Formats: sequence, structure tokens, C-alpha cells
Amino acid sequence: MFLRLVYESFRRQKRRKLLAGIAITLGVGVATAMIAVATDIGDKVSRELRSLGANLIVTPQEDTLDLQIAGVDLKPPSDGAYLNESDLPKIRGMFWHNNIVGFAPVLPVGVTLGGTRNVSLVGTYFSKQLVFGKEQFQTGVRAIYPWWKVSGMWPEDDSQDVLVGEKLAAALGRKPGDEIELAGHPHRVAGVLSTGGVEDDQIVAPLAVAQGVLGRSGVVRRLYVSALTKPEDAFGRRDPKTLAGAEFDRWYCSPYVQSIAYQLQEVIPHSHAEQIRQVAQNEGTVLSRIKGLMLLITLAALMAAALAVSAAMATAIFERTGEVGLMKALGASSVSVAAVFFAEALLLAVLGGSVGFAGGAMLARVIGRSIFDSQITIDLVLFPILLAIAVLVTFAGSALAIRRAMKFDPVLALRGEA
Amino acid sequence: MRSRVTSERLTRRARAPRRSMFLRMLVRAALLRRGRAAAALAAMVVAAAAATAMLNLFVDVQAKLHTEFRNYGANVVVMAKEGKSLPGDALRKIESALGDRGMAVPFAYVVARTTDGQSVVVSGTDLEQVRKLNRWWSVSAWPSGAQDALVGVRAAALVAPQGQDFDLSFQGRTVRLHPAGTVRTGSSEDSRIYLSLQQFEDWTGAQPSTVEIAASGSAEEVGGTIKNLALQLPEGEVRPVRQIMEGEARVLGKTRATLLVCAVLIILTAAMCVLSTLIGWVFDRRRDFAIMKALGASERLIGGFFVTEAAALGAAGAIFGFGIGAGIAVWIGRVNFHAPVAPRFAVLPEVLAGSIAIALISALLPVFLLRRVQPATILRGE
Repeated sequence: MFLRLVYESFRRQKRRKLLAGIAITLGVGVATAMIAVATDIGDKVSRELRSLGANLIVTPQEDTLDLQIAGVDLKPPSDGAYLNESDLPKIRGMFWHNNIVGFAPVLPVGVTLGGTRNVSLVGTYFSKQLVFGKEQFQTGVRAIYPWWKVSGMWPEDDSQDVLVGEKLAAALGRKPGDEIELAGHPHRVAGVLSTGGVEDDQIVAPLAVAQGVLGRSGVVRRLYVSALTKPEDAFGRRDPKTLAGAEFDRWYCSPYVQSIAYQLQEVIPHSHAEQIRQVAQNEGTVLSRIKGLMLLITLAALMAAALAVSAAMATAIFERTGEVGLMKALGASSVSVAAVFFAEALLLAVLGGSVGFAGGAMLARVIGRSIFDSQITIDLVLFPILLAIAVLVTFAGSALAIRRAMKFDPVLALRGEA
Repeated sequence: MRSRVTSERLTRRARAPRRSMFLRMLVRAALLRRGRAAAALAAMVVAAAAATAMLNLFVDVQAKLHTEFRNYGANVVVMAKEGKSLPGDALRKIESALGDRGMAVPFAYVVARTTDGQSVVVSGTDLEQVRKLNRWWSVSAWPSGAQDALVGVRAAALVAPQGQDFDLSFQGRTVRLHPAGTVRTGSSEDSRIYLSLQQFEDWTGAQPSTVEIAASGSAEEVGGTIKNLALQLPEGEVRPVRQIMEGEARVLGKTRATLLVCAVLIILTAAMCVLSTLIGWVFDRRRDFAIMKALGASERLIGGFFVTEAAALGAAGAIFGFGIGAGIAVWIGRVNFHAPVAPRFAVLPEVLAGSIAIALISALLPVFLLRRVQPATILRGE
């Protein structure tokens, strides 16, 4: 009898059930999508923040002072120490290698153009194919400096082609495809580089070309690393030397910019790794602001969804005072009347919740793909939690209406005067 | 002429009781079923509040995030043409062009020598301003005295390993400096020594060659500032720091898009809440509808009755909701950005129009469905 009551109620009152069902589906769908986006937004924004460039720099341990004014290197190339190019692929083997978005070595050398003009030539990786163990990967400035724009072609890393900064190219009258003589050898200008920075007055070449000009193979001056990091906190700032055992392990295994710097020093011999504070320090504040905003908005969305669901449920039950009167007149107890309504609510919540979860998951995927060009994945753990919340909210929405419906005198309810 | 006036007066008098009846029905309908009317109004208020809060945030978050991004330091740089320094009044010109829309910090550079002949870059600047511009500088103590210098950590290891006073010479002139504090940034600043501009000019005679500017506002506003500066300073080279500007634009664009999607979702949910409550409310009153019809009310009158009721509900809900929503936006702004989001009255008409439209849709839908039903059927309770 109980089951038949519930079944018939769904069969005969399609409109009301549909309205309540849609409200639950929409509510759960929005909640799912918002939670998925809010939990993933930190990850996505921190990847976007990597477009501000490298956040770590690795220099030789025994280096002399930099002599840089407005980005122009005044240090004689013979001066100071170098890192070994052959150590670079080892970065792939460090603990947090998956968090390394990319790295690029630089080797600035001076060249004389046309016998009079001194310009700096910077050797680097554009998108170099490297091998670590059995693994092949590509890295270079194209990965870590997305604001570098080239008209023409990017040079191949194993070629002799170069990029000429746009201001230098204008001063020299060089276009992509022209030739330029550097240290006695002709090089093809693959493209003209525009960065809005000092590179506009420089020549950027494959690392081997700069090493050839310097006359020392296998050396680099500095290494820029772009890594995904966790915003620094008091624990992250602690000196690893003062940490013992388990604490050190926890520090080492958290992707703080400090611990990644520490690991870089481990894999590259005789090096000193340091965070570039302009990029590394500000990332945390921007990230926490956006995350906080999304959290608050998600809370607001959850509340709106809960209100929508309970309003829909309350309305659906208010309409059925007549039914309550009939059941009570036939001798049903309050408990069994409430049981029928709660069973219906449960069924609606589970059905609407499941459909809503699936829809919300799809919505989150669409949002992830269209806004961030990457997947937003949903933890399936969320499914039972959201379903439970949906059931709770539906019950809460129904409870008040059911209580009021039952307080009516069955006689009045049947006469339609309630 | 006279007869027309009389006839007008007569029609007005004839209409007057109808109009007062209409109003009475509206008021009594709201008062007699207070519970349901309050529920419908509450749904309306929630929806309008959610819409207001999201619209306010959507407009304001941009400005807030631009402010956060100014912590990355300068987004515009003015440099002297090669080998020259900027004219003496350059900083004043830049500051007057900027007004209160940013800050400018001058930098002058020379390469000086230590007592054992090492080269080191020395910079003169306005240390007070640098402190505000480059907040990521990790400084042990800011200099205050006349002989004080701020020494980069790598330079400190060379010139003053024990924190003792040191000598620097430039073109035969020597100064004695006291390392008041060290600065650590992870880039070229670590190898430099910073002095106050006054101290620097007295010693070297060199003028600032670079002015770093943090221009506030959106990308278009910064673009305008750059153009304006280029006009004011033909002798310098004004350029945006693309690294910062493009990163900022990218993060902001994505955040804005996410926020837009969230706003649409939330407003949709809130509208759904209103729709289900109001449809229920109107359906519930099908007996009123039937009685009115049975008493000879035209369909237009009944339609007008529900429309007026819905519009009044929508307007009241929108105004209450606007207040609450603006409050929520201010609260979110204060909690998250530590600065209130100023309520924007520009969104009020949109919220008002949206609320009334939703209220009308949800009231007219059931009226439309009930229109075909015979009043007798409803009154018999079928």
C-alpha cells in the first residue's frame, strides 16, 4: 500500500514532481559544478600565473657579482663561474619534477656588429629536446616566457639561426630570412623577437652558438626555472638545516618555492638556487584572493541552491493538503502520512541528485575546457556527500510544510478551506 | 464642451469603485495569506540579492585584482635614450601626468669600485617610494641616516661581510658608507648597493636614467597613461613591462570568465527558486481565480490582477534584495580583499527589470494554463 501510494503519486502528479525534480537537479548540478570549479581554481590560476615567467634562478655557487644595469649585462664574459649544461636534464629526476613547468639556461656573451656596435648575444634553449634516462622532454623559453613574440620563425635549437630583438633589427635593417655576421660567422635571422624588455636590443641564439662565440662548450651562466609552488607559510620559510627527521621530510615533500630551490641545488652540483621574489612572493597573494573569492561565491551558490530546493519542495507539499486530509480521514496516523511524503522526497532527491551530479560534472568539464583549456576533474567522493546534502535539504524543505499540512483538521482540508 | 467634461467626470466616478476594489483585492490577497505571500516575497528577495551581489562583484573584482597585481611592482618603465640621463624635471612631469593614478620611482645607476678594485653597481633612488613599489623586497632594515646604504645580499658578502663600514669610489671620488640593512630579491638587486638619491647625486653627480612606474587601472587605462607619458616626455622611452601586463591580463581574463559563469549559474538557480514558489502560489489560488471568473470578471481583468500582483512582488523583492545583495558584496570585499566593494546603483535597474520579468513569467504561466479551465470545475474541487 505504502509503495503504491508513492508510485501513484509520481504517476499522477507529473507536473508537480517535475517542477520539484527540476529544482533539485538544477540545485545539485550548480552545487557540483561550483564545488568542482572552486576546488580546482587554485591549481588552474597558479598555472596561469606561471605566465609571469620564471620564479626560481640557479646561479653558480662561487659567482662574482652581477653587473646589470637596466637588464644590460656589463660583466666581462671571462669573469665568474659557470654551470654545466650536462647537469640540466637531471632536473627531470628531482622529487618535484612534475611541478617544473619549464626551465631555460642563459649564457650572455658580447659580440661586435659591423666592427663598431657592441650588442649582447644570449644563448638559450628555445624548445630543446632533452633526454633524462629513458625519458624525452622539451623545454626552453617558449614554455616559460609566453609573452615572447616572434615574427618569422623560432630557430631550431640545433641550428645556427638566431633571433634579433625588434629594436636592434630596426636599427640594423634586418628582416626574418636575412643574414647577420656574428664573430666572423654568418647566421640566418630566423625571426624578429619582441618581448617589451631588454631582449628587444639583443640577439637571442641557440645555446651552442653562444658557447661557440665564448669558446667554451657545455657551459651556462644562469638557469631560470618556472615551477608550480604552494604559497609560502611560516613552516615553508623555516631553514631546512634546523628541521629534523619527519619535519624535514614534510618540508622536503611540500612544493614550497624554498624546498624546490633546495632540491635544485641538490641535483645541480656547485649551484645556488634562489626564488625570484618579485614573481614568487606575489603569486601567493593573488592566488589566495582568487581562491577566497571563489570559496565565498561557492558558499553563496550552495545557499541559493538549498533555498531553491526547499522552496520547491515546500510548494509541492502545500498543494496537497487535501490529500493529507483524505489519508487522515481514512485513519492514517501522522507518522505514516509523513512517511509517504518523506519517501517521495527521498526518491526525488536521489533521482534529481544523481542527474544533477552528472550534469554538474559535465558543466565543470565544459567550464574547464573553455576557460582554462584543461580538464576539471571531479572527485567521485563528492557524489555521496552531495547526495546526502540534497536529501537533507529536501527533507528540511519538506519538513515544515508536512508539519503544517498535518496540523489541519481533515474535515477542513477536505472541504478545501484550509 | 461642457457635456464632454461631465461625461469624463461620470466615467471617472464609475471607474472609481472598480479601481478601489482592485486595490483592495491586491492588499487583502497579500494580507490574508500572509504565509504564502511572505514565502513568495522571500524567494524574490533571495534571487534579487544573489543577482545584485554577483553583478556588483563581477564589476568590482576587476578593479580589486588590478590593485593586487600592482604588488608585482612597476608595469611601465621610462628610460633615457642610450647613454643619456633623463632631464631634471622628468620625474615632476611624470608625476603630474600620473596624478593619483599611480606612483613613480626614479633610479640612477653607476658602476663604482670597492677598495680592492671590484666593480659593483650602485643605485640612487627614493627609498621611501621603493619600499611602497617593490613590496617583495626582503629588507633587514631600511636605511635612515646620512651615510646609510641598503646593500644587496650578494654585494654585502663582498663589501661588508662583517657589517663594517666600507669605501666606494667613482671617478676618483670616495665615500664611506654604513651598511644599514641588506636586501634580498633573488635577482640583480642582490648584487647592488642602494643609496638615497640626494646622497647619490652629491657623490657621483649622475642623474636618474630610469623611472619605474606602477600605473593603476585596467589595461586600457594603463595604455592611455603610456601614450600620455610618451607625449609628455619625448626625450625618454616609455614602454610597458609586458611580462607583468600580459600575465595580469591573462589571469584577470580567466577569473572574470569563471566569475561570469558562476554569476549566471547562481542567478539561474535563484530564478528557479522564484519560479517554483510563485507558480505554486498562483496555482494554489485557482479558487480565487474561479470565483472572480464566476462573478463575471473578464480574462483581461484577472490577468491584470495577477500581473499587478506579480509586478508589485517583483519590485518589492528587488528593492529589498538589492540592499541585502549590496551588503553581501561589501562583506565579501572586506573579508577577501580587505576593501569594501562600493554598491553600484547602476545595477539596480537591471535587477529591478529582471525581478519583475521573472515574477511576471511565473505568475502568467499558471494563469495561462488555468484560462481554459471552466470555473465550475475548479470550484467543485476537481
